[in-house]
Amino acid sequence: MMMVELGVSSPLAAVVAVLGLEWSYTLRNVVAGAAVLGVVGGVLGSFATLRRQSLLGDTLAHAALPGVCIAYIITGSRESLPLMIGAGLSGLVGTLFYLLITRTTRIKDDAGLGIVLSTGFGLGLLLLTYVQNTGGSGQSGLDRFLFGQAASLVRNDVITMSILGAIALATVVLLFKEFKLLSFDPDFAASIGYPTTMLTILITALLIVAVVIGLQAVGVILVVAILIAPASAARQWTDQLSTMLVLSGLFGAVSGAIGAILSSQITDLPTGPAVVLIATTLTAISLLAAPRRGLLWAAISRRRHRQRVQLASILHDLADAAAGEAGAVIPLTDLQAKRGVPGRLMTRQLAMLASRGLVARSINGREGWSLTAAGAEATAEASRRERVWKQYMARQMDLPVDAIHYDATEIERVLPPEALAMIEAELRAEDAAAIGRASDVVAGPPRRPSRPTARPGQAP
Amino acid sequence: MSTVQTSDLGVIPATLVESQRRRSAAPTGDETVATGPPPVEIRDLTVAYHERPVLWDVDLTVRPGKLTAIVGPNGAGKSTLIKAALGLVPVAAGWVKIFGEPFAEQRRLVAYIPQRGSVDWDFPTDALDVVTMGRYGTLGWFRRPGKRERQIAMDKLRQVGMADFARRQISELSGGQQQRVFLARALAQEADLYFMDEPFAGVDATTERAIVELLQELRSQGKTVVAVHHDLNTVDDYFDDVALLNVRLVAYGPVDDVFTHANLHATYGGRIGFLSGGPAETSAAVAD
Ligand SMILES: Nc1ncnc2c1ncn2[C@@H]1O[C@H](COP(=O)(O)OP(=O)(O)O)[C@@H](O)[C@H]1O
Ligand SMILES: [Mg+2]
Repeated sequence: MMMVELGVSSPLAAVVAVLGLEWSYTLRNVVAGAAVLGVVGGVLGSFATLRRQSLLGDTLAHAALPGVCIAYIITGSRESLPLMIGAGLSGLVGTLFYLLITRTTRIKDDAGLGIVLSTGFGLGLLLLTYVQNTGGSGQSGLDRFLFGQAASLVRNDVITMSILGAIALATVVLLFKEFKLLSFDPDFAASIGYPTTMLTILITALLIVAVVIGLQAVGVILVVAILIAPASAARQWTDQLSTMLVLSGLFGAVSGAIGAILSSQITDLPTGPAVVLIATTLTAISLLAAPRRGLLWAAISRRRHRQRVQLASILHDLADAAAGEAGAVIPLTDLQAKRGVPGRLMTRQLAMLASRGLVARSINGREGWSLTAAGAEATAEASRRERVWKQYMARQMDLPVDAIHYDATEIERVLPPEALAMIEAELRAEDAAAIGRASDVVAGPPRRPSRPTARPGQAP
Repeated sequence: MSTVQTSDLGVIPATLVESQRRRSAAPTGDETVATGPPPVEIRDLTVAYHERPVLWDVDLTVRPGKLTAIVGPNGAGKSTLIKAALGLVPVAAGWVKIFGEPFAEQRRLVAYIPQRGSVDWDFPTDALDVVTMGRYGTLGWFRRPGKRERQIAMDKLRQVGMADFARRQISELSGGQQQRVFLARALAQEADLYFMDEPFAGVDATTERAIVELLQELRSQGKTVVAVHHDLNTVDDYFDDVALLNVRLVAYGPVDDVFTHANLHATYGGRIGFLSGGPAETSAAVAD
């Protein structure tokens, strides 16, 4: 109700005006209704996806169809409240049936859902045909429950949806901690005394409420998208459950509102597909562009990583070629021969290192490069990290040290502190032993030889 | 009944309830623990999934203040035994008592670490948040964890060497680090009896040592630990007692007495050489 008066009107009215549409009574209802179903669907869909139960949402929706028809047959009313109650009850029966067959027989979860979904939908279509044949075709208007028709929402429908939605959201806020633990670790939740069966039934009942709210506007076939898509999109942007719920509700509301406006303007475009298209677009953008989890991000960080490794290799090559002589100038052609990379790429990478003050260029007849003091230090530090990493990997995986290559720059992030301290102590001992052996001329390599060429960092 | 129990705690100060419970379990402190009711007493326990028995007529009385290993091949019912003790799976016959009472009345004395693979580590939460879940049992309905709970959780993270990772998303932790987080959550439960399902599975060598040290610390505080263990080579190093399980309880007692070749053979059948990584190691593990 508040949604209708305050929440939606002003900013969206502006958008609508810009689009050259009339902010009419119908449009306002449609947008408010779709936004409500988006919020509720987004929030409860988050729990459903995290609990790997999004298929349950789809099943519920399909199982709700017979209830809609039966409610219509009994009451003969097109009011949404009795139809919603019918839908909810029949969704509940479907869920109980699903629980019954998966818990008492060997039928697996997915098969159980499939059985309930197809049975419910089949029964629903049968009843729908019956209703339409007896009441004159299209009389009942029940076919809007298949693909959704937000334009058919009246003010009372929106109020009913808002009340149901508010109850569902309030329950989530109140039981946030309990629902979180139930979703993350149900066994642990049960062990500390949470009535997990009751909580599961409750969270499923709320999912039914979300579905019921969406049925008239989005339809039984597509309502599942409003449960899954906003939640998947939201997960991309955050690692906190509470933030995910808020974002998912927001994405759901935006998809609902825009989808409803689109379908009201384009003839014959049902609301369901329109909402789903918007929600899916949001999801696609999120999968692509979200920081850290997004595909673009992954590609960029892969590129950065490759570049970091290449830059480090050049530094190592310079240090190796200098063989301990500070500031030794190595001809560019030598470096290129060693790396086997195109000349232009190497020049660019050298320039990058030079801009960080790690290498210096000198032209003395032909082009050559040398490590600066800072560059030598950085290389030594990198060698140290790499040694620690290799030692760690060798111990953990029982691989020969030489077989291990890994970017060691983030070693402190990966290794537990005591492991780091221990390995460093070991390496110091190994170094000390090597110095001892060096004096009586090494007879053979140490047990797990590291690289034969000494690097500046290892020099005593 | 558990509902009533937890919601009670919202009204009565948690610390008071806790001290009362502790007193009823161990009336006069540490010395009486040995003579009081056993931490875990299992009688004639049979558990079946869809009529197929997974545990058959198991009798087991765990000694207080000891580290007890449960070993047995895959599918032997080790996890199920723990779950049955915690009332997580329906029992077909027999009963379990925890410190002399049904588990439902002793929850607060018991901590539980499920198998690491049983949860989704991509769940949107961080290490500190997971450890805080160890306090949910004492929090009561509707109440959100506050400063006190986070403080305890942070202490426990420190205890397992994970203080620097408190705000790290749990999917970004290594297997060993995830196991440490689970361990910290169990510590946050501040229990007297700890059930751990494969705490050493898939962890790095350093974490394994850290966990062993923690177990020994728990034992020195008089706590009892029952852990499913998969590595036969370390049973005698890490544990006092061992239960050899394969649907039936093959043997149970101090490691020195019952961890014999004959018992291992009875538990694992012909698979023993394969499971423990080669004949040499097997004989080393079983040598007397
Ligand atoms: N929820 C379940 N439903 C049906 N069978 C199960 C279930 N949980 C475990 N089982 C079966 O019970 C047996 C024992 O499982 P479990 O206790 O997990 O063994 P362990 O932990 O010793 O590997 C296995 O054969 C397993 O397949
Ligand atoms: Mg198991």
